[in-house]
Amino acid sequence: MKPALFDYTAPETVAEAVATLAADESARPLAGGQSLIPIMNFRLAQPGTLVDLGRVAGLDGITVTESEVRIGAMTRQRTLESHAGANAAHPLIAEVLAHVAHIAIRNRGTVGGSIAHADASAELPCLLLATGGSVCATGPEGERTVAADDLFSFHMTTTLAQTEILTEVRIPRLPPATGWAFEEYARRRGDYALAGVCALVTRGAGGVCTGARLAGCGIADRPVRLTAAEDALRGSTVCEDALMAAGEAAKGHATLPDDLQASQAYRADLLAALVRRAAVRAAERAGG
Amino acid sequence: MARSLPSKPIPAASSDPRREVTLTVNGETLTRSVSPRMLLSDFIRHELGLTGTHVGCEHGVCGCCTVLIDGRAGRSCLTLAVQAEGAEIRTIESVARPDGTLHPVQQAFMECHALQCGFCTPGFVMAILSYLEETPQPDLSEDAIREVLSGNLCRCTGYKNIVRAFRRAVELRDARATGGG
Repeated sequence: MKPALFDYTAPETVAEAVATLAADESARPLAGGQSLIPIMNFRLAQPGTLVDLGRVAGLDGITVTESEVRIGAMTRQRTLESHAGANAAHPLIAEVLAHVAHIAIRNRGTVGGSIAHADASAELPCLLLATGGSVCATGPEGERTVAADDLFSFHMTTTLAQTEILTEVRIPRLPPATGWAFEEYARRRGDYALAGVCALVTRGAGGVCTGARLAGCGIADRPVRLTAAEDALRGSTVCEDALMAAGEAAKGHATLPDDLQASQAYRADLLAALVRRAAVRAAERAGG
Repeated sequence: MARSLPSKPIPAASSDPRREVTLTVNGETLTRSVSPRMLLSDFIRHELGLTGTHVGCEHGVCGCCTVLIDGRAGRSCLTLAVQAEGAEIRTIESVARPDGTLHPVQQAFMECHALQCGFCTPGFVMAILSYLEETPQPDLSEDAIREVLSGNLCRCTGYKNIVRAFRRAVELRDARATGGG
């Protein structure tokens, strides 16, 4: 199908883009278009005006600082995936991106676009949550930073206002003695995950898990921190019993009701399995 | 699902705004006036008559509309023609030499019988071409090749021969580079 009619504008500055959004409630920003254009083709979305961010200067590029990786919102996913500095600072980034759709989609799709789109099954929002990242957004009131924990409010819905533009994504460096892993299951390679899990496991003396951050996608109305599984891992040696307990504990986070793809019970079991697999791989990479 | 948008009257067809777009397609720079909602795939096929780029699912799953956008494979059905302002587009029509000599990827598809009905073939060829330009020394394991090909669907399901063609394309390219072919 084809998109419905819309007005189109291609501003050259963030301020101009924000002004357009503020003047027209039906206006939506267009980044790489790899999520928005399919739903426009299906006419699930019919924005009155598209504000194409493709001409806005300064919205792409990757900077690796001592504390974090800063990714301009319009940076293509494939560019981030193959960025040596970013992946040295946090190797989970490339592992997650390999699961985002296909190469041809990642060549066009942007990091900021995927996070602002906030599909509950998408991998990048899950990555942002697990790593404790944040985003910068600019609106009529100026710039602000929003932590990942405060960003996702529902499927395809963030706490950003319609007048705000996500400008930068920040992912903290991998903490010391911390291993990483991403596991997902999808019906077709590159498809949205039926369930996916990002795991970061930190180990101290004797291999004891001193910190765990896990997040899941595809299992609820938004990407969620798997805090119950984190609690089950913390203090353990990430032994078989602790992994089983973490998997069981995670099931409560699988709140998506039965749908055409899977029942809630199936998703809960799948989530438990993915938590175990991700946690054990992350623990191995943490050493100890 | 998507949250409902505040209502604004959808522009009537008669008020459909036109916009000029200037881009380079297969080496030729051209300017056209298009509706903002025109997909790049439709622009290539209907405005330029380059019907080698096929349209299958129109939501990014099947891959048969894949073209090169600024040197990298992209879905022309998930790109608006107006987004391609200033871009360099390459379609399947540019792949063989003007004298008809097939590109190694095309030659490999022919030799390995990697096409049956052929509908998906232009997309596969452009995706492989892009990948080999990005990664000149690719991993030729079955898994790695299937990963590269996973963004394109063949409904004749001739994947085994497409995997063979990927390997053969690398051989043919290397043979040509050393003057052997």
